[in-house]
Amino acid sequence: MAIEIEKSIVGLSKVANSDTHGEDSPYFAGWKAYDEDPFDEVHNPSGVIQMGLAENQVSFDLVEEYLEKHSEAVDCGSGISSFRENALFQDYHGLFSFRKAMANFMEKIRGGRAKFDPDRVVITAGATAANELLTFILADPGDALLVPTPYYPGFDRDLRWRTGVKIIPIHCDSSNNFQVTPQALESAYEEAKSNKIKVRGILITNPSNPLGATIQRSNLEEILDFAVQKNIHLVSDEIYSGSAFYSSEFVSIAEVLESRKYMDSERVHIVYSLSKDLGLPGFRVGTIYSYNDNVVTTARRMSSFTLISSQTQQLLASMLSDEEFTRNYIKTNRDRLRKRYEKIIDGLRGSGVECLKGNAGLFCWMNLSHLLEKSTRECELELWNSILGEVKLNISPGSSCHCSEPGWFRVCFANMSEQTLEVALTRLHNFMQKRTKKVINSSFFSFLL
Amino acid sequence: MGFESAKNNSILSKLATNEEHGENSPYFDGWKAYDNNPFHPLKNPNGVIQMGLAENQLCFDLIEEWIKKNPKASICSTEGIKSFKAIANFQDYHGLPEFRRAIAKFMEKTRGGRVTFDPDRVVMAGGATGANETIIFCLANPGDAFLVPSPYYPAFNRDLRWRTGVELIPIHCESSNNFQITPKAVKEAYDNAQKANIKVKGLILTNPSNPLGTTLDEDTLKSLLNFTNQHNIHLVCDEIYAATVFDTPQFVSIAEVLNDNETNYCNKDLVHIVYSLSKDMGLPGFRIGIVYSFNDAVVNCARKMSSFGLISTQTQHFLAAMLSDEKFVANYLAESAKRLAKRHKHFTNGLLEVGIKCLKSNAGLFCWMDLRPLLRESTFESEMSLWRVIINEVKLNVSPGSSFDCQEPGFFRVCFANMDDETVDIALSRIRRFVGVKRSGDESNAAEKKQQWKKNNLRLSFSKRMYDESVLSPLSSPIPHSPQVR
Repeated sequence: MAIEIEKSIVGLSKVANSDTHGEDSPYFAGWKAYDEDPFDEVHNPSGVIQMGLAENQVSFDLVEEYLEKHSEAVDCGSGISSFRENALFQDYHGLFSFRKAMANFMEKIRGGRAKFDPDRVVITAGATAANELLTFILADPGDALLVPTPYYPGFDRDLRWRTGVKIIPIHCDSSNNFQVTPQALESAYEEAKSNKIKVRGILITNPSNPLGATIQRSNLEEILDFAVQKNIHLVSDEIYSGSAFYSSEFVSIAEVLESRKYMDSERVHIVYSLSKDLGLPGFRVGTIYSYNDNVVTTARRMSSFTLISSQTQQLLASMLSDEEFTRNYIKTNRDRLRKRYEKIIDGLRGSGVECLKGNAGLFCWMNLSHLLEKSTRECELELWNSILGEVKLNISPGSSCHCSEPGWFRVCFANMSEQTLEVALTRLHNFMQKRTKKVINSSFFSFLL
Repeated sequence: MGFESAKNNSILSKLATNEEHGENSPYFDGWKAYDNNPFHPLKNPNGVIQMGLAENQLCFDLIEEWIKKNPKASICSTEGIKSFKAIANFQDYHGLPEFRRAIAKFMEKTRGGRVTFDPDRVVMAGGATGANETIIFCLANPGDAFLVPSPYYPAFNRDLRWRTGVELIPIHCESSNNFQITPKAVKEAYDNAQKANIKVKGLILTNPSNPLGTTLDEDTLKSLLNFTNQHNIHLVCDEIYAATVFDTPQFVSIAEVLNDNETNYCNKDLVHIVYSLSKDMGLPGFRIGIVYSFNDAVVNCARKMSSFGLISTQTQHFLAAMLSDEKFVANYLAESAKRLAKRHKHFTNGLLEVGIKCLKSNAGLFCWMDLRPLLRESTFESEMSLWRVIINEVKLNVSPGSSFDCQEPGFFRVCFANMDDETVDIALSRIRRFVGVKRSGDESNAAEKKQQWKKNNLRLSFSKRMYDESVLSPLSSPIPHSPQVR
C-alpha cells in the first residue's frame, strides 16, 4: 500500500519535502517487481529472485543451535529475576556486559590483532543510525564527507538527509580493481575546495560494499595519512569485517592504529553492526567505536535517540560472551560464505561472466560491461531492466552505487538457499547464451551488410 | 587508552560542541548526589532516595506472570525459537504487522475504546525521545519554532532542539489557575514570536502533563485545536502518560477531539500523536516509541526516518504477543490505575499531614509539590538553595520547578512510582522530620521563627565546599548512568 508523498497544503519541513531519502530512485522498481512476484522454490518457482538484498542467511543454524542449548542462560525476558531490571534499563551507556561482549567479538573477528575498550563502545539502533550520528558529530550542514565509489546506496540517505552534509565521491575504477588512490583522494578534496565546500572527513567501508573486497593495508595507511595531512576525520565502516573469507585478509584500521601506537587516532572512528556478520538485521544492533573521547561522550548523548532495546542487549551479551560459540561461529561463517562465493563465481565464469576478485561480503561485483551497446548509464539501466524482466533476477546496477564505470552489478548470494542460487545461475546462464548468440548474429549480419 | 582530545574540539561539528544536549545544567547535581550515595534499604539506608525519575515500577509482577505463562513470546525460549530466524531477519521499517496492530489496539484500550487507531499510521521510533525528535524533523526547519506549555519536560530542550535546530517558545502557565493553559497565554506566546520574526510551525504539549500530573479537559483541547487550525500550524500531543490516569476526570485524547462533530472543519493533517510504552507499561529499556499522524505525508516521512531508530524485532514480537492478549491488557490497565491511585493518595496524604500541598492531579508518576512556604524569598536562587538542602540534608533527589521552566519559584516534581511501599514511607518520614524540625517549639510568631530557622539551617548545611562542588559542571559526565530527568 504505497502512500504518495504529497506536498501538503500545510508546509512540512524542507527535510520532509526533499528526496534525499533516496526512495524515489528508479532502482526501487526492482523491489517492486520482487514484491509483486517473489520467488518461492515450491509455490512460485518462476518468480523474481531477490539478489539485491545483502543479508546473511548462511549461518543461522549456528545461532539457533546456541539458543536451543542455552535458553535459560540467555535469559532474554523468560528469566523472571532479571526482567524488571532489564526492562527499566535505559542508560545510554548500554549494558556493560553487552559492551564488553561486543568489544570481545570485534577483537575475535580481527584475530586478536587489535584491542577494543568496552568504554569506547557507543550503542546505536543499527549501523544506519551510527553513520548518521557520526555525521552529525563530525560535520556541519553544508560540509562534506569524501566517500570512495562505488558505495552503499543507503549512504546517500544516512549521511546526508537530515544532517544537511554532502557526499563528495572519490572516484575509483576497474583499472586498479577500484582501489582508492592518493590521486583520487586529492582530486575529490580539490573538487570540494573549488566549490568552497569544507571537507570534514573520509568514510570508507572495509570490507567494501559493493565490491566484496577488503582494503589492503598499504591502502589503509595511505588513506589515514591523507586524513592526517588534511586534518580531517576517518570513519571506517567495518560492518562486513566478520564476513571476510579469510581472517588474515582483513586488516582493520584498528590494527593500523595499533602499529602506529595510536598516534593520530583521535580522528578515527569505527562503525560496526551485527546485521551482516550475525545475520540479525531486525535486532538493530549498531555500534560506534571512537578513539576520540569527545566523540564518545557526544555520540553517547546522541544515542538517546536511537538506543538498542535492553532485551536485545541482554540476549547478545549472553551469546557473544560465549567463547566457544563465537569462535566457532566466526570460523564457520567465513568458510560457508567463501564456499558460496566460489560457487557463484564458478557458475558465472561458466556463463562467460567475470567478477571483480573478491574476498569478503555477501555479494560479488559482476562485470557485464561487454554486454553494453554503449558505455553509458542508460545502457546499463536498460540491461538491468532486461535482467529484471526477462531473467527475473533483482540485482543492483552499479549506477545505484555511484559507480563511474557503467556495466557493473552487485549480486547478493548469501540471502538464499543453495538451491535458489542454482536456479539463479541457470537463469543467468540461459540469458548469457541468448545474448551471446544475439551479439554473434548481429555482428554477422553487420558483416554481411 | 586515553587520547589527547582537547586540541581537537575544533574539528567536531557545532552540534557536537554546543551545550544543547543539556547535560551541563546545574540540575544534574541531583543525579550526582544520588549516584554517589544511592539509597538501598539494607546496604545504604541513609543514602539519597531517587525521586527524580519518572518510572513506573508498580506492575512488573503482572508482566512477569504473563511471561511465565507465554514463553512463546520470547524468541529465545524453547517454545519461541521457531520464529527466531524470521524475526531476526525482518528489518522492514513498516514494522511487524502484528506489532502495529497490537499497538493500535492498546492505544484504543487506554482511551476506553472511545476512538479507533489505524495500524497503518503507527510508525516506530527510538523511544518517545526519538519520536519527538522525528516529528519535529518532519514539521519544522532550523530556526522555526514550536510553542510549548510550561512547565514542561526538561529534555524537550534537547529532544526537540538539539539536532533539529528548532526553537521552543514557552506558553507560560501560572499557579493562580492551577497551571491551566489559557487562550490568552497561547496567543501571547504566538504574538511575541510573530513580533520577533520567528516562524511558529506548531504547538507541542504533553497530555497527561509532565510535570503537573494533570489531564487537559475537552474544552481546553478543543480551544487549542481551534487555535492551531486557525493559524495553520501543527498540533503535536505527547500522550506518553495516557494509561497512568488513575482518577477522574477521564483522559481525553486529541484523537477523540478530532473525532468530534464539532471539530469537523479542522484540518486533520495538522494533528499528530507521540506515544510510548516507557511509562504506561514501565518498559523504558525496550525503546518503544510511536509516531501516530493523521497526515499521510508525515506518516510516510516519519516512517522513512524511523530507519534511524527502529524497534528491535525481538521486542516487537514480544509486545505483539503481550498486547494482543485482551484479557491481560484489560486487567493490566485496571490494576495499574488502581495501584497508582493508591500510591498517589498515600504519598500526597503523607505530605498533607506535614502541611505540604501538591497540585490536584489525576495522572502521571509524580506530583507537583508546592514548597513556596519554605522559600526564604520568592526567588529562583532560594529555590535552588532549598533544593540543595533537600538533596544533601533530606537526601531526596527531587526536581526543582525551574528545571521545567516554571515561572514561579518553589514548586518541585516528586516521583513516587519508582519505588516500593517501604521506601515511600522512608521518604515521607524524612520529609516529616525536615518540616517538623521547623515546627517544633514554635507557635507564636511562627512565620518569623520559620525564617530564622531556615536562615540558620541553610547556613549550617550550605557549606562553601558543597556549593563549589555543586557549581562545577565537567564536560564529560562522571556519572556512570545517563542523566534522566524524565
